[in-house]
Formats: sequence, structure tokens, C-alpha cells
Amino acid sequence: MQFFGGSDTISPSPPIPTGLANNGNMMYVFNRNGICLIYKEWNRSLRTLSSQQDHKLMFGLLFSLKSFTTKMDPSNVEKGNLGVPQLPGQGCSFHSFRTNTYKLSFMESPSGIKIILVTSPKAGDLRESLKYIYNLYVEYVVKNPLYTPGTPIRSELFNTNLDQYVKNLA
Amino acid sequence: MAAICSLFIINKSGGLIFYKDYGSSGRMDTNDSLRLASLWHSMHAISQQLSPVVGCAGIELLEADTFDLHCFQSLTGTKFFVVCEPGTQHMESLLKFIYELYTDYVLKNPFYEMEMPIRCELFDLNLSQAIQKDRVALLGR
Repeated sequence: MQFFGGSDTISPSPPIPTGLANNGNMMYVFNRNGICLIYKEWNRSLRTLSSQQDHKLMFGLLFSLKSFTTKMDPSNVEKGNLGVPQLPGQGCSFHSFRTNTYKLSFMESPSGIKIILVTSPKAGDLRESLKYIYNLYVEYVVKNPLYTPGTPIRSELFNTNLDQYVKNLA
Repeated sequence: MAAICSLFIINKSGGLIFYKDYGSSGRMDTNDSLRLASLWHSMHAISQQLSPVVGCAGIELLEADTFDLHCFQSLTGTKFFVVCEPGTQHMESLLKFIYELYTDYVLKNPFYEMEMPIRCELFDLNLSQAIQKDRVALLGR
């Protein structure tokens, strides 16, 4: 059900074939400056924004969620002020959230690389899968001498390996 | 630490109308709880925009490193969320039960003004009973 209006105007799209229901919907990789290094989508029927705006909104959501969880953390007394930028690994982070239509899994590396995987809400714990994707990134992107850090990833090997891995994700 | 750390109720425009702390270390001050409530309200709305398919109703469960946050939104847009220990079960039914208490003791109270902070003795009383650990276990039969 939709409470915040607006989406009624978008015509419903055909349902996703059930065989693909467990596969990933989209994936984002951001660097620590908020630049989207790679964006992939496998089945996404709804687009409310242009791709650039969509990336900005996603990065903003993750940033705010991080400051939210840092401040909310019930196990820590010294939490500082809300909204103060946190270094990677500092403060209480989160690894996933779930809505009725999708599940978003999130990982941040110590260097500030953020990997986001959006899957069906029934998907299980994907922390290990994200680590594997991070390994792919290290192997095929970081170790590529022709890659300039901070630019969009155009590595053929990375793309094919990633596609294959996410397609086989249970 | 208790299984349930805190409970928030947000009205449909993002204002905090109820906050209760059940033993998290370092209690938040009023300003921070208000800020967190409106921050959650907006993130809930943004998560609907980012959905890959139509019909998204916002975040239901947020899994952080040290806590889980379960959120329930009523048909009128009032949001209830509890912060609990990671992996705590039966929170959905607890939230539904709190919603029932809210309709019975807050909305049916003739002196309660809609969208204003909740100050109802009966609600507080019944809520603290519901939150007690054994009751949580009972709800999840």
C-alpha cells in the first residue's frame, strides 16, 4: 500500500518472472566521495528519478541512515552529535534494511567503498556475498593498472564476473 | 540490557508524539529524540522512492550492528518503531499490539488532540505491561 501518494500515476509493470525473484534487482558501488563507480540493474520496473538523481538519493539515504544508527546505538554512551560525518568503521553502522518490496544490503570497506545490493525481500543474509563482490572489485578493478581511482568502472572482466555471480545468487 | 531498548511513535507529519526508553545506556535528550524521529520519517519516505518495483510501503526492519529496528506504519500514516537487541523475535506482533493499545487508550480518549504528544495514563500503564519480557514471549505463541 502507498501512503505518500504520487506513485498512482505510474502504470503497473508486468510482474517479475518468478524464476528471477531471488536474483538481485540493482547494485551500486560508491566511493567515499559519493561518486557512483558502478551502477547495475537486472530487474527494475519502477524508476521515479533520473539515474543521477537516483544515485544521489541512494547515497544520501545511506549517509543519513549511518548517522541515524550511530546516534541510536543503545550500547554506546558516547555518541556525539547527530549528523557529524563519521569515518568509515567509526560509530554503529548497519548491514541491511528490508521493506515489503525489496531488501537492501550494505557494506562499507575501511577505505570508504560502499557496496549496495538490492534484492527481493525474501533474500537471506548477504554479508558474505557483499564481501565476495568487494573481493571481485579488488581483484579486477583495484589491481588493474589502467584504472584511475574515483572514475566509473569500465572493466570487462569485473562486469562479466559480477553479472555471473549475482545471477547465481540464491 | 533489556531486549527492547526504546519505543517511538511518530505522527503522520514526522513529529514525535511518544518516546519511551527501556534501558539503553546513555539516554537521549529530548531534542535528539525529536531529531531522530523526523530523520526516520524522511528516510522511510525516501526508501519508498528507491524501490525497484511499485507498491513499496517503506522500511520494516533495519538491521544495524548493535540493534534491530522494527517499524510499523498504520493506515493513517502513524509510525511505531521499536529498537531491540539483534535477532529479537515477534516484534511485528508486539507493534500490532501497541497499535491496538494506541487506538483503545489514545484515540478513544476524548481529551486527546490528534497528532499531539501522547499523555494518557492508561496507555502508559498498559504499554509497560505489554513490554515486559514474558508478555513479549506470550505474544509470539
